[in-house]
Amino acid sequence: MAGLTDLGVAQIRDGVRDGAFSAREVAEAFNAIVEKGRALNVYTVETPELALAAADAADKARASGDLKPLSGVPLGIKDLFATEGVATTAGSRILEGFTPPYESTVSGNLKRAGAGMLGKLNMDEFAMGSSNETSAWGPVLSPWRRGDGGNAPLTPGGSSGGSAAAVAARLAPGVTGTDTGGSIRQPAAFVGIAGIKPTYGRCSRWGMVAFASSLDQAGPMARDVRDCAVMLEAMAGFDPKDSTSLDLPVPAWEASLSSDMRGKRIGIPREYRIDGVPAEIDEVWEKGIACMRDAGAEIVEVSLPHTKYALPTYYIIAPAEASSNLARYDGVRYGLRVAPEQGNLTDMYEATRAAGFGAEVKRRIMIGTYVLSAGFYDAYFNRAQKVRALIARDFERVWERCDLILTPTAPSAAFALGEKSNDPIAMYLNDVFAVPASLAGLPAMSVPAGLNAEGLPLGLQLVGKALDEQSVLNAGLALEERAGFTARPEAWW
Amino acid sequence: MSDYRIHGATGEWEVVIGLEVHAQVTSRAKLFSGASTEFGAEPNTQVSLVDAAMPGMLPVPNAECIRQAVRTGMALEAQINPWSRFDRKNYFYADLPQGYQISQLYHPIVGEGEIEILLDDKDEGSARRVGVERIHLEQDAGKLMHDQHPTMSYVDLNRSGVALMEIVSKPDMRSPEEAGAYIRKLRSILRYVGSCDGNMEQGSMRADVNVSVRRPGQPFGTRTETKNVNSVRFIMAAIEYEANRQVDLLESGGTIVQETRLWDPDKAETRSLRSKEEAHDYRYFPDPDLLPVELSDAFLADCRASLPELPDAKRRRYEGALGLPAYNAAVLTAEVETARWFEALLEKLGHEHAVRASNWVISDLFGALNRLGKALAESPVTPAQAAELLRLTADGTLSGTLAKQVFEIMLETGEDPAAIVEARGLKQTSDTGAIDKVIADVLAANADKVAEYRSGKDKLFGFFVGQTMKAMAGKANPQVVNELLKKALG
Amino acid sequence: MSVDAATVRHIARLARIAVSEAEVEALAPELNNILGWVEQLQEVDVDGIEPMTAVIPNTLRLRDDVVTDGGVRDAVLANAPAPEHGFFAVPKVIE
Repeated sequence: MAGLTDLGVAQIRDGVRDGAFSAREVAEAFNAIVEKGRALNVYTVETPELALAAADAADKARASGDLKPLSGVPLGIKDLFATEGVATTAGSRILEGFTPPYESTVSGNLKRAGAGMLGKLNMDEFAMGSSNETSAWGPVLSPWRRGDGGNAPLTPGGSSGGSAAAVAARLAPGVTGTDTGGSIRQPAAFVGIAGIKPTYGRCSRWGMVAFASSLDQAGPMARDVRDCAVMLEAMAGFDPKDSTSLDLPVPAWEASLSSDMRGKRIGIPREYRIDGVPAEIDEVWEKGIACMRDAGAEIVEVSLPHTKYALPTYYIIAPAEASSNLARYDGVRYGLRVAPEQGNLTDMYEATRAAGFGAEVKRRIMIGTYVLSAGFYDAYFNRAQKVRALIARDFERVWERCDLILTPTAPSAAFALGEKSNDPIAMYLNDVFAVPASLAGLPAMSVPAGLNAEGLPLGLQLVGKALDEQSVLNAGLALEERAGFTARPEAWW
Repeated sequence: MSDYRIHGATGEWEVVIGLEVHAQVTSRAKLFSGASTEFGAEPNTQVSLVDAAMPGMLPVPNAECIRQAVRTGMALEAQINPWSRFDRKNYFYADLPQGYQISQLYHPIVGEGEIEILLDDKDEGSARRVGVERIHLEQDAGKLMHDQHPTMSYVDLNRSGVALMEIVSKPDMRSPEEAGAYIRKLRSILRYVGSCDGNMEQGSMRADVNVSVRRPGQPFGTRTETKNVNSVRFIMAAIEYEANRQVDLLESGGTIVQETRLWDPDKAETRSLRSKEEAHDYRYFPDPDLLPVELSDAFLADCRASLPELPDAKRRRYEGALGLPAYNAAVLTAEVETARWFEALLEKLGHEHAVRASNWVISDLFGALNRLGKALAESPVTPAQAAELLRLTADGTLSGTLAKQVFEIMLETGEDPAAIVEARGLKQTSDTGAIDKVIADVLAANADKVAEYRSGKDKLFGFFVGQTMKAMAGKANPQVVNELLKKALG
Repeated sequence: MSVDAATVRHIARLARIAVSEAEVEALAPELNNILGWVEQLQEVDVDGIEPMTAVIPNTLRLRDDVVTDGGVRDAVLANAPAPEHGFFAVPKVIE
């Protein structure tokens, strides 16, 4: 049935439940379209058999009357999540051939909720990137093209580029992504879908390849806010195997969705108006403000004074943590090993890591090593942690004046492949609006709000108080209902 | 202070010693993973995915390891820090799967404390106090084997992740003897507390030895660190070797390089660990996978309440309440097993016999065990049996000599003393009639000696005692024999 | 702070990543660029501010001392490049 791959997560779930179609039909439809979409380089591993097996189990469950929350829904899983028996590479050559004998808690939660897996999704290497151009398995191509008639391949954003492109191109109804400094929100904005990074600790990090431990969070990406709520409920929850996991019950986010913004105050932070950002970004921001007003919210000008220091703070802390987290990739116990003839252990380490890591990963490991090294720890890392505390404090203070923050998600629409890959800092600036919420551990989501003059999606970001994903989702829904974003990329692949 | 000096060519040198002891915590599971800590398992069978540092693995701390570190700190009268944190120590080695060790640099769980050492058990005046700088918890590394293959080393991660307490002394020691006494005392305390079994051969306790030398009164010199020394004897030998090496080097115009060295027991020398790397830069930073450790008052009170009577307090009680001589008290409290054995004995015998019992344990029991090559734990005689033997001596059933005979039989057969006495009729006799008769026979058979004794040769008294005892097969009560002989000889 | 070729080599050594001379030359300005950019944090007044230790207020949970893991050697060695008789084999280390 052709129309099946146009359905979202909730629609499939409900359709299977109501008997409108079988889970197997859904899985087969998606398996077929995944094959057709290979030109986008979205999936690094396809697992059609696993999708069918889960579908069959769902159909059986329906017959015996014990459907699970996501029975019948096939999903794409970002390749940062360890999936038992299925190759997991985190976009890196250094994990080529690695097949984990374990399943990450988050992907396991989804499978236990009845969801099936279509495959592993391409991503920036070790989640370091904003354009999915650093993957060892080649870049992901955005399903979007500019309206100028040229065929310049565009980036879907990153690091969850494969995840974002899969949803936008209808190669999956929903996917998991991860967000350390905007890696769910920015790609969601670039391809016109919804994506949420929950409060730090909401989703377990066990079995998720670590990049920056104090920032990494798993989250869903899907075509609308409701689907994100559905998926997040299944993904989240306390995990005793993760010491940073929050021991709190998972709220019923889907059931409590409401787009009524009366009584809510939306803060517009002045520091997010940055010189040099294209006018179209300001325009979509104004559009969002109007939508919020229309939904009943009060709009308030607020200040987050340390905003401009968020990116440099992030680019000290994240590489530092990464330099330590990636030390285990050494060729001893798994993954790539390059052992030079007559070489000793150190030679093996150096050759393996030189061959296995890409340029951006190496750059960040070097920065991270440097800012932690003797003589620099205080000036860089320790100082960055203090500035981080100030950024978090800015948010705590702002909650006295508003309940949510509304900002653009990214400082531009999607750019062309290769356009920024020679300038690391230009690439880092993609995350200027996303990083503060990451540093403060706050829930933040991107919702598609409009198209620019070239016909490319623009997204808006909502940031909420810690543990208040509900308000973020509700505001996202209000925006979605009013923004009228119905565009979808024309299949050129 | 110690008067130990190295006598160099240009004068006297003082030795400054600090010890960093790594003690494996007694717990069932590892510090951050649920794998077992048992010694001697097949390679890589006590390894969880966390220990193997698989992608995405995370540490979860073991409450018992925290508890043991706190209890140890309390036993060293140290400051317990209710707030502490884990830091990552980053370096690369094949026995370190994460590429970092989770340790505590900036905020350890235990602060400053103290250990009292006694250099000479017989001399209270030889007591010294050695400061403890801190105790922190950290992960142990795995094991590398280099002799299994010509070109490859083999990695076994069973030990990787086992909890270690790193107990850092202040540089207060000034001689190999002080260092030896410190290690022995620390080991004893750990075994009393039950937080580490102190088994140095198995590697559950090892020391890094920091040595420097200086002219008396001068500031500290540059120190070297000799790593992983695993016996008291080697620690003392390494100190002596290293101190002399440093003095020789300084006196010939050289300078001491601050470096890591290894003790070579076969050559009895320390060797520099000459590696390609530059000085280690461990890039310590707080582990972002773990939150700070916060200890409640209730938890701390519980730890304190769980401590047994510690060696110093026990020694003072033995001297005070039990009246034991200082030497006996020191020997009996040196090891927790010895003290427990002794107390079990006293339990049955009664505290009024404590002094005698202590003497017997130290000379008779320990003497026999040494002879048989057995440890106290393998003693064929139990505390209850020993108590019985001592009671039989106290109530006159056995003379000293007979008691020794019975003890030998107990060691051989493991039988109870009363049974042995009964079966072999080894009771001593105080029957004056029988003794008188034997004395009469002895005097009659040795009339010449009797005459000599009566004319002044007092020494011959012992001869008559010996003859009488011999004729009675040792079963005569010696006091009675003495009394009756005196009467008979006049 | 600025890094020169020697520093780049030193950092690469600490990070155990082999770098060719060409890479060292390319990396120095790249790293300097980034380090120059993060230098702006020196402007911030951090007097009296404690570094952030926990992102969201939470207490460290301690687990019970029970053996719940291990005994999974096959899984542990499943992806090993050079498993040997139950060990991980690596090029010899000289001590």
